Amino acid sequence: MSQDMKVIVFQIKDKEYAIPVDKVSGIEKLLHITRVPKAALFVKGVINLRGVITPIIDLRVRFGFEEVEYDGSTRIIIVILDDMEVGLIVDSANDVLDIPVDSIEPQPEVVGHVASEYISGVAKIEKRLLVLINLKKALSLEMTENILREG
Amino acid sequence: MDMNQYLEVFIEESKEHLQMCSEQMLVLEKNPEDLSIVNEIFRSAHTLKGMSATMGYEDLANLTHKMENVLDAIRNSQIILTPELFDVLFLAVDDLEAMVMSIAEGGDGKRNVKSVVRQLELIENGESPVSTSIAEVAASVALEKEEMIAGEYDEFEWTVLQQSNDQGFNSFEISIGLREDCLLKAARVFMVFEVLEKSGEVIKSHPPVELLEEEQFDQQFTVTMVTTESSEVIKKKIMKVSEVDHVVINTLDLEGLRHAANVKVDKVAEVQEQETNHAVLPTDINEKKKQSPAKPASSKTIRVNIERLDILMNLFEELVIDRGRLDQISSDLDNQELHETVERMSRITSDLQTIVLNMRMVPVETVFNRFPKMVRQLARDLNKKVDLEIIGAETELDRTVIDEIGDPLVHLLRNAMDHGIETPEERLAKGKVEEGKILLKAYHSGNHVFIEIDDDGAGINKERVLNKALSNGILTKETAATLSDKQIYELIFASGFSTAETISDVSGRGVGLDVVKNTIESLGGTVTIDSKENEGSIFLIQLPLTLSIISVMLVAIQNEKYAIPLSSIIETAIIKKEDIMNAHNQQVIDFRGKVLPLLFLKDIFEVPFSQEDEEFLSVVIVRKGDKLAGLVVDSFIGQLEIVLKSLGNYLTTAFAISGATILGDGQVALIIDCNTLIH
Repeated sequence: MSQDMKVIVFQIKDKEYAIPVDKVSGIEKLLHITRVPKAALFVKGVINLRGVITPIIDLRVRFGFEEVEYDGSTRIIIVILDDMEVGLIVDSANDVLDIPVDSIEPQPEVVGHVASEYISGVAKIEKRLLVLINLKKALSLEMTENILREG
Repeated sequence: MDMNQYLEVFIEESKEHLQMCSEQMLVLEKNPEDLSIVNEIFRSAHTLKGMSATMGYEDLANLTHKMENVLDAIRNSQIILTPELFDVLFLAVDDLEAMVMSIAEGGDGKRNVKSVVRQLELIENGESPVSTSIAEVAASVALEKEEMIAGEYDEFEWTVLQQSNDQGFNSFEISIGLREDCLLKAARVFMVFEVLEKSGEVIKSHPPVELLEEEQFDQQFTVTMVTTESSEVIKKKIMKVSEVDHVVINTLDLEGLRHAANVKVDKVAEVQEQETNHAVLPTDINEKKKQSPAKPASSKTIRVNIERLDILMNLFEELVIDRGRLDQISSDLDNQELHETVERMSRITSDLQTIVLNMRMVPVETVFNRFPKMVRQLARDLNKKVDLEIIGAETELDRTVIDEIGDPLVHLLRNAMDHGIETPEERLAKGKVEEGKILLKAYHSGNHVFIEIDDDGAGINKERVLNKALSNGILTKETAATLSDKQIYELIFASGFSTAETISDVSGRGVGLDVVKNTIESLGGTVTIDSKENEGSIFLIQLPLTLSIISVMLVAIQNEKYAIPLSSIIETAIIKKEDIMNAHNQQVIDFRGKVLPLLFLKDIFEVPFSQEDEEFLSVVIVRKGDKLAGLVVDSFIGQLEIVLKSLGNYLTTAFAISGATILGDGQVALIIDCNTLIH
């Protein structure tokens, strides 16, 4: 018997990524983002999410890809982690999948350009390769400082 | 009858009456001659008794009843006010508060109050309450039960008892105890009643029949009945009901009861008389108003869950956003009728906004008002004389802060009393007045609320703090030498630090001031100490008005909007570019004879550049303490009231930003923290 895990699938650049659905509180279309001065580069600013000020992270920048103009398919995935609500900007998001837990493998040594610390594993579903994101690390403030120092 | 709908009102009003009792008792302690204060307390206690009896909280009603008796005796000058008596009264209020709290938390409001009741009885009988020992308390239980019931016949029941007596019936008070493992208590009660009703007539039961039917009693209940049979027969009959543990039958002493009842009637008449007296004499009332200006103006309140207010607020903001859009649409369409409707809606929403926002603000009084009693009790425990003065209790704070700030303040007050204020002997030896003074003060300043705890006690001994810190390994000798006085004082906030030689019951308790500091910091506030040896210490707590309303000036910097708290702003000015001077790489201006540094916000905040500089600069003159600076912006948008919101847990360290707010168009504007911009 293999257990299934429900994930939200989204695209950045030409790859598909996944976040467990229980970490996601909503997917929003692009809202007006207010820039926060001197925040880390990947922190695009804050939005008014139904009355709650929510910080927004651009996952492209976080993963070290080039920035693109936001368009009609750009989405903000609102995730909740340790009492923090953070929005992730992704190129598009339109899929919810059940993936068998035993199809998840530890990440290979190199996965594109994405810093491997942010990845908790990969899952191969038929011909699709889903990269599972380690939210804790992707949002971690310690990593933020590292990136700032390197930058 | 379903009492739940009245429960909240009951709890709220009980709290108010109890607060009234403690406040007035403190006043009375200082002016023992003023019997009008006793009347005030009596009236609150009386109302409370009535309310709790109606709601079926017998324990509460009984204890208040006892308290009332004592108050009544005080009022009639039958008892002399002594400090011990006040102790007992305060204990009684404490118990009452605990019961009300238990009810508020969904409990049944039951509590073991026998020792207090016993002490109150002793006072009532003109004896000293202090001598109460445990044995006496135990002995009093039976007595108390008898009295408790004896005192509670109403006129009708009284008449029945009397008439039955005249006709040769026996009147019994029967206490029936069920076995602890009794499963169907209500059924046993029913059976007992059936037996009793065959033998005579049940006049009264305690608890009342409705409660008995709902099994709302422990193992014991008492009934009063009239019968022609003897107590022995009745007892045997009841014992036949299974699961009955014991039966105690007392014959009612009608003569004694009559006497008690007469006294009671007199008392009631007297109360009424006095109340009418007050009504007739308007000068008297005026006088009283002067005496107690802090008395709550109205008791018409309801309790609302703070989460509901949050939801209401967020929904409301959504509404405001839509209003903004409607505004836009209506001006595009240029339809007169639409214009008018939208305008009306705007007015209503802004009124609504004020109401919603103000609902979250609570005067700090709600926290402060429990301190006088606490300080009094502590002073007695510590054998010290302390006068607590409270200033600014009307200062309003956000509800979330109010809920959190109580414990730290209790701790600091305890600290001031235990470590700060000296014993009367020490104070006299130092040439101070015998009575120590603690000043508790709250006030608004800027977008902060300050709470100050100021004592005139011993102050902090630097040497002792340093030695302790060295021995605890908090500090090394080298760093110790470099510390300023203030830094040394701050050491007492270090975790695991206590200057008390022995851990006292008062401020030891295993928690140090570090807990206070942590709590205050978790609220986004700070706490600082200043002290002078032998003159006293000041603890200053600074709290942000999180989630509260502040007035700001909204400014534009290129395409971005920022809010500057009005409290930091001195004024705004338009200056010519050529008036800017250079001093040490810093651009300055001459502002009314003062040289002000200019801060170009668009550079500091790295605002994306899109517009050419203009000939005139808009400058907001802000201050931090006595230092001034000019913030250069592109334009002033205007002044408005905003809701302060935090940037969330993720962006905890945003530079020079103290929070954010949501503007009418739904966009977020950041609030500039002027304190970090000025060095």
